[in-house]
Amino acid sequence: MQPIIQIQGVGKTYDSGFSALKSIDLEIRRGEIFALLGPNGAGKTTLISIICGIVNASAGRVLADGMDIVQDYRQARSLIGLVPQELTTDAFETVWDTVSFSRGLFGKPADPAYIEKVLRQLSLWDKRNAKMLALSGGMKRRVMIAKALSHEPSILFLDEPTAGVDVELRRDMWEMVRGLRENGVTVILTTHYIEEAEEMADRIGVINRGELILVEEKEMLMQQLGQKQLYLMLQTPLDALPASLGQYNLSLNDEGTQLTYTFDAHHETSGIAELLRSLSELGIDLKDLQSKQSSLEEIFVSLVHRPEESA
Amino acid sequence: MNLNGVRAIYTFEMNRTRRTLMQSVISPVLSTSLYFIVFGTAIGSRMGEIDGVSYGAFIIPGLLMLSLLSESISNASFGIFFPKFSGTIYEVLSAPVSPFEILAGYVGAAATKSLIIGTLILVTARLFVDYSIAHPVWMLAFLLLTALTFSLFGFIIGVWANDFQQLQVIPLMVITPLTFLGGAFYSINMLPEPWQTLTLFNPVVYLINGFRWAFYGVADVHMGVSLGMTLVFLLICIATVWWIFRTGYRIKP
Repeated sequence: MQPIIQIQGVGKTYDSGFSALKSIDLEIRRGEIFALLGPNGAGKTTLISIICGIVNASAGRVLADGMDIVQDYRQARSLIGLVPQELTTDAFETVWDTVSFSRGLFGKPADPAYIEKVLRQLSLWDKRNAKMLALSGGMKRRVMIAKALSHEPSILFLDEPTAGVDVELRRDMWEMVRGLRENGVTVILTTHYIEEAEEMADRIGVINRGELILVEEKEMLMQQLGQKQLYLMLQTPLDALPASLGQYNLSLNDEGTQLTYTFDAHHETSGIAELLRSLSELGIDLKDLQSKQSSLEEIFVSLVHRPEESA
Repeated sequence: MNLNGVRAIYTFEMNRTRRTLMQSVISPVLSTSLYFIVFGTAIGSRMGEIDGVSYGAFIIPGLLMLSLLSESISNASFGIFFPKFSGTIYEVLSAPVSPFEILAGYVGAAATKSLIIGTLILVTARLFVDYSIAHPVWMLAFLLLTALTFSLFGFIIGVWANDFQQLQVIPLMVITPLTFLGGAFYSINMLPEPWQTLTLFNPVVYLINGFRWAFYGVADVHMGVSLGMTLVFLLICIATVWWIFRTGYRIKP
């Protein structure tokens, strides 16, 4: 089956000389949820902006459902909906008006019943007559999504959709994205959160410094990268790691006051219980402990930096 | 042709006008009416006729042109500048609308608003000054042409401006002085040399005189020259807008 998006050798160099993207090749499968990950400034938004027609590419081309986004921009753009990272809204417009505006802008005739359906799905129906400036950040984010869905796109770009939103809205969004996929919509999202990629994505792409480092099935990546850290703050600092703890993936940090235990979150047993027993047997008392799961971004940035540092 | 897209932009812009009726419509009509009261009725009654036209009637085309130019520029420039400033322009850029359709929406709305204001000023002027229109069709043609041309010019300023100060600098520092010195309040034949010749380099002179000819059948410059100069300026604006969309200048990096 033809990929719904084909990105072929796309590069972007700004007038300042900054190279934001270096020859990206990527294919997005029809109906999948694709998560694009990378640190700030990696080129995620630039790539999305090029596909959506907001930024001109310096090189290469993009096809949306086989149509060139420059030559056949009308057909290509009418397939695509975009939820940008920034909450850029017309402050004095009402929710209903701004969502209806988006539908008209994309060439669709007015359809109050459809707009109502979208607003209800996003829990915005009660706010339909409210002006944008009166809405909370989370509500504005919902409106941005409603605007992107207003013209019934078959491809949806979500640029950092859950940045700064509460847990409830994040769950709602995940639910909504899954619902869209069931209706055949292809979703491409950028995110910093491992839970988000883990929860939603079929495939994951990692971009850094304008280069696509890898594209992988999510399941495969999770096995490779789903590591967690347990930080153990010690009552009394240690000079060195006791030899009997050598079997654990441990490191001693912060001048001997903290032990860091790295383990596989997907493994059946984490080894935490055994480690705590061993520490107790050695008489090592704990002041505090906390666990942390590295974000994919952190993991990938460390992966990217490692070869350079060792070089 | 994405007519729904054009309608969406046009309606959005006209809704903005409705929301700010006091500032965008009533205020320019009121301020121009003050000119009619002060220069037309009060001072004008003590002044002689110019080219056989009473002073109060003589200044109507110039004052109308002053409002038309400044309103067309400010409406169109703000219409495109604000989405650029707030970031909402992303939606227009990502939509299946052609440059012509974008222009039809933004410039069409700005020109419509200018025409509404122009009509209101003409009606209001009648309350204070007795005037006639010798060539109503040409008057309408000049009105439409000027509203369209300067709305296009305003669109260019809106794209060019990086901040609110730049947005104001051309209308306030260039257009208003050119209009005041372009024969809005006097016949350029009243000026001594070299000012009379220098005035001919002011493009607004041709707009005002073309318009005045349409009203009273008399002008300092031949009507054909006025029309030609207005069309030249329109073509320059169209070429500049075409270049903006081709290069993405300040709207699409």
